[in-house]
Amino acid sequence: MSLSTDDVKRIAHLARIRVDEAEAAHYQTQLNGIFRLIEEMQAVDTAGIEPMAHARDLQQRLREDAVSEADRREAFQAIAPQVEAGLYLVPKVIE
Amino acid sequence: MNASLEQLADLLAQGKASSVELCQDYLDRIERHNPRLNAFITVDRERTLAEAADADARRAAGQAGRLTGVPIAHKDIFCAEGWPTTCGSRMLANFVSPYDAHVISQFKAAGMPCLGKTNMDEFAMGSSNETSWFGPVKNPWDARAVPGGSSGGAAAAVAARLCPAATGTDTGGSIRQPAALTGITGLKPTYGVVSRYGMIAFASSLDQGGPMAPSAADCALLMNVMAGFDARDSTSLERAPEDYARDLAQPLKGLRIGLPREFFGEGMAPDVAQAIQAALAEYRRLGAETVEVSLPNMDLSVPVYYVLAPAEASSNLSRYDGVRYGYRAAEYRDLLDMYEKTRADGFGAEVKRRIMIGTYVLSHGYYDAYYIQAQKIRRLIAQDFVEAFKACDVIMGPTAPTTAFDLGAKVADPVQMYLSDIYTIAVNLAGLPGMSIPCGFGADSRPIGLQIIGDYFAEARMLNVAHQYQLATGWHTMLPEGL
Repeated sequence: MSLSTDDVKRIAHLARIRVDEAEAAHYQTQLNGIFRLIEEMQAVDTAGIEPMAHARDLQQRLREDAVSEADRREAFQAIAPQVEAGLYLVPKVIE
Repeated sequence: MNASLEQLADLLAQGKASSVELCQDYLDRIERHNPRLNAFITVDRERTLAEAADADARRAAGQAGRLTGVPIAHKDIFCAEGWPTTCGSRMLANFVSPYDAHVISQFKAAGMPCLGKTNMDEFAMGSSNETSWFGPVKNPWDARAVPGGSSGGAAAAVAARLCPAATGTDTGGSIRQPAALTGITGLKPTYGVVSRYGMIAFASSLDQGGPMAPSAADCALLMNVMAGFDARDSTSLERAPEDYARDLAQPLKGLRIGLPREFFGEGMAPDVAQAIQAALAEYRRLGAETVEVSLPNMDLSVPVYYVLAPAEASSNLSRYDGVRYGYRAAEYRDLLDMYEKTRADGFGAEVKRRIMIGTYVLSHGYYDAYYIQAQKIRRLIAQDFVEAFKACDVIMGPTAPTTAFDLGAKVADPVQMYLSDIYTIAVNLAGLPGMSIPCGFGADSRPIGLQIIGDYFAEARMLNVAHQYQLATGWHTMLPEGL
């Protein structure tokens, strides 16, 4: 498997990371090197092996559906790039 | 300056020093040596001394615990209220945490003042501390060498005794490898033993916090503070509290040490091999026996890790969008443009590479071939350890294949950088506890670490195994010149 620069640009777009042509070519070389390493996995017969999603086979804990956090809107919004009247501001999305 | 946590606690208990005096001494050392080492991202003398004064007041009121007043440095991945918490990234360079990580609140409850936030690879992605937005850390043993990573600042700070101890995190070796490369002791606990709440996420199924300090006895005391159930981390394990120092004094007679064939092959440098063999000889003198074991799938741990960790990272790091906190690009046309520019400028090259790998392996058409295949091999790797532990109590081998490499040596080739974690990654995939203890020096006079891997929840036993070696040897007490 080998990624083209178009593949790299598509992946970057999915990841919401801007890349220009020169960067795409640079990432293409590096990512293909990493994927050559990753390809070593393909030689392994894993038929019948259950995927291991977590470090331990954990049971998810459940808790009461009750409010556990205090309202700290001011503290949290004080570190936001742009807020107004308790709202996070972003560029206009809907005309 | 080479005082253990026990000795510092005694000084405070006997009234021979106050926490304010201790913190001033360490802050002075940081001021003198940090410009050269770059081990700390944030130092805040006033804040530290206020915390120290609180600890002294607590002691005066008769409410001190064993470690109250003993200072500690925290890796800048742990959110600490009122402190900048950058995770080594431009993305969070202006982020002042509005809350405390569980680990931070545990150390606060113990009355241990924070000496500062230590440097690290950006979002803990790196093995040399060269991906930090705040610049590389220098190895105190040799300024031309890296300290390892990602907890490189913590390791360098402890090695140079700019702090008596530090916290670290380990996703693929980020506590053990820098501990080895700087000649200190570091422990990655069993997954789920230390809460991840408020510890900035990289790969959630692998990330685990742990202690870094000169000795195993220090690490045991720190584990008593850090470990324990926390309902705010959904993977925190509900277990009764334990005293990690309880077995330190146990003799090692009859200990069965497993030596995986795969750890002792061609990849290990001759000077590292020599130091490891000498350490094993010391263990035999102490009454342990060695048996050969096998981890046949170990070579696959690096490829598996570089599917799973980036996959989890691409999901975890999607939260950095320039909307609620952190960096936002200065100029943008619309929302999409804002996201793309914010993430292009806010993340460094290594983080972007891993997000792209993760995005690709999770994308339609590739999920089964990469992500699911990696999860299946992860199980094979975990099963190898189950088999190996039938024949031994602990596993030993090198922590890293070489001593610390030179700054810049592996920056241009990510794959070479990734392979420096060949001996540590399998432990994270299996969720097992692992540690590194100093066991000698290489041909270049840079430190070498012995890795000790235990079965699930065997931390107290591992600390005992490490401590008995440290009673018989002096590697962990050696200090770099000029400090």
